[in-house]
Amino acid sequence: MQLSDLCVSVVSIIFKLMSFRIIVLAKQVPDTRNVGKDAMKADGTVNRAALPAIFNPEDLHALEQALRIKDKMPDAEVILLTMGPFRAAEIIRESLYRGADRGYLITDRKFAGSDTLATSYALSLAIKKLAPFHMVISGRQAIDGDTAQVGPQTAEKLSIPQITYAEEIISVDEKTVTVRRRLERGVEVVKCALPVAITVHSSAPICRQRISKLLMKYKHARTVTELQNETKDYTDLYINRPYLMIDEWTADDLSAKPEMLGLSGSPTKVKKIENVVFQHKDSRVITGDDKEIDALMLELIKSHVIG
Amino acid sequence: MNNIFVYCEVTEEGTIADVSLELLSKGKKLAGDLDVKLEAVVIGYNVANLEAQLFPFGVDFIHYADDERLFPYTTLPHASILLNVFSKERPEIAIFGATSIGRDLAPRIASALRCGLTADCTSLEIGDHFENKTQTEYKNLLYQIRPAFGGNIIATIINPETRPQMATVREGVMKKEEFSGSHKGKLKKIDAKAILKDDDFAITIIERHMEKSKIDIKNAQVIISGGYGVGSRENFNLLFDLADVLGAQVGASRAAVDAGFVEHERQIGQTGVTVRPKLYIACGISGAVQHRAGMDQSAQIISINTDIHAPLNHIADFAIIGNVADVIPKMIKYYKKNSK
Repeated sequence: MQLSDLCVSVVSIIFKLMSFRIIVLAKQVPDTRNVGKDAMKADGTVNRAALPAIFNPEDLHALEQALRIKDKMPDAEVILLTMGPFRAAEIIRESLYRGADRGYLITDRKFAGSDTLATSYALSLAIKKLAPFHMVISGRQAIDGDTAQVGPQTAEKLSIPQITYAEEIISVDEKTVTVRRRLERGVEVVKCALPVAITVHSSAPICRQRISKLLMKYKHARTVTELQNETKDYTDLYINRPYLMIDEWTADDLSAKPEMLGLSGSPTKVKKIENVVFQHKDSRVITGDDKEIDALMLELIKSHVIG
Repeated sequence: MNNIFVYCEVTEEGTIADVSLELLSKGKKLAGDLDVKLEAVVIGYNVANLEAQLFPFGVDFIHYADDERLFPYTTLPHASILLNVFSKERPEIAIFGATSIGRDLAPRIASALRCGLTADCTSLEIGDHFENKTQTEYKNLLYQIRPAFGGNIIATIINPETRPQMATVREGVMKKEEFSGSHKGKLKKIDAKAILKDDDFAITIIERHMEKSKIDIKNAQVIISGGYGVGSRENFNLLFDLADVLGAQVGASRAAVDAGFVEHERQIGQTGVTVRPKLYIACGISGAVQHRAGMDQSAQIISINTDIHAPLNHIADFAIIGNVADVIPKMIKYYKKNSK
């Protein structure tokens, strides 16, 4: 047996002995259903503090897919990873309440203003710190950026294959995964060797609700920064129950190169933002009565709008 | 300045996808503005009549990779080949359709090249930019314009420093327009076998069920569209009846699709299809920003709604305040009467 074959065998044995590790990438996003001009700052980036924050919907679908694997493989580990301001720890708690095992928050002023490239760079460093892993699962896109870029860009930086537009993970074993994708004109079922990155579409099953037992267990889970900002002193609690400490990593913890973060690490720049302005047309308001509809259809026919 | 590249998708039928032809049309205009050439990259298997399909759109160079393993699309083989082409040709601008292929491939390429990519652009223009911080003037940049924050904001994005400047654009946003029937360019074959590696084939496609597009809303001249206000699957039959009589297509808002009234293929709006018909009749559609984004370029708009304050009424030429179930049968009756 050649040395290289021996190395491959050793690595695959280690891989099998490791628990099946799934990293779920999620984002806390501003609720973009109601954005006003007070929420935008002068440099073109968003003032997230001004909007209510929610767990990005497609990331919840991704979490559900990860938890379903754990349902079938109880030894699997579901780890939630998120990049954001310290408040983003809230979505880690939401994942713990639903069955995730652990969460990591990467947070640092240096990440502010990151576009998808800078974001995927930071996330890939955090994922490498959590290696070896079997899968990285995220929602297809976030409701604030709507780009669907972070998933594939993170996969590229990890040099792993990607499966996007996933509707359901059909089956998994230690070496491969089979996924059904929902495309514009139909479905495709693909098989891929692990590790792989998967992005989940909104047509996937919705996420399970919080589980009361887990809610009770994890309701005091906090990051160090959150504890520093809170007035209550529960230090004993965190010494006795270390699982309540949510890990926080900074740019330095990731050994991130500063020039690849934040605005300076972002090749896309926002030049201008304009509010969508409603344009009032000179509409003619009519009732639904026979005379008016008759006249309308006649007018449309005469002007050749309809034949 | 180097050239403009469009990644062209291959359909199930072995032709170049409409969205790619739309982008070539826009690409040719941008190439004219910048005085550079238009190049197309096609990666597939046995794509017939490539020159006849693409030269009329003003393509100056076609880069074609042909290999059985390149259709249907999977990420890594296409990415490897495209990266190889881009590293050699160093495009100024690279445009992709914002489809399940483009949105899978473009970010992978942008990450590898560490360049800027803007998704789902609704407009592309050429313009200048002055960066205050560094006091640098940038000329002839690609303005990548797109809605953000749920469609409440229009952002203009630029990539001043990195190349290529990349953008994805949804189908129906740009107009498909031939440049010249007599235009001729060159076809360069890419040596796919030399570029592709075993690692590129990590994904195997086990099954594929693609439906032939029975519904072509995009090109319909008259569209009758229903929203949540239509109320039920049964009530949507009224819209189909009117569509039959007018020779129209039936569309829907996202709310109606999510409620199960009609199939997803009929969805019009930011996450559906963009349409530009001669006449758009909106039935029971309130007119959220995301829906308007997909139809506000219609030549004429009629809105049927019981709510006089529905936002869609404000952009309609005619706002009929009434019940869809009452109004549509009357429209059918009076259309038949007046077209005799």
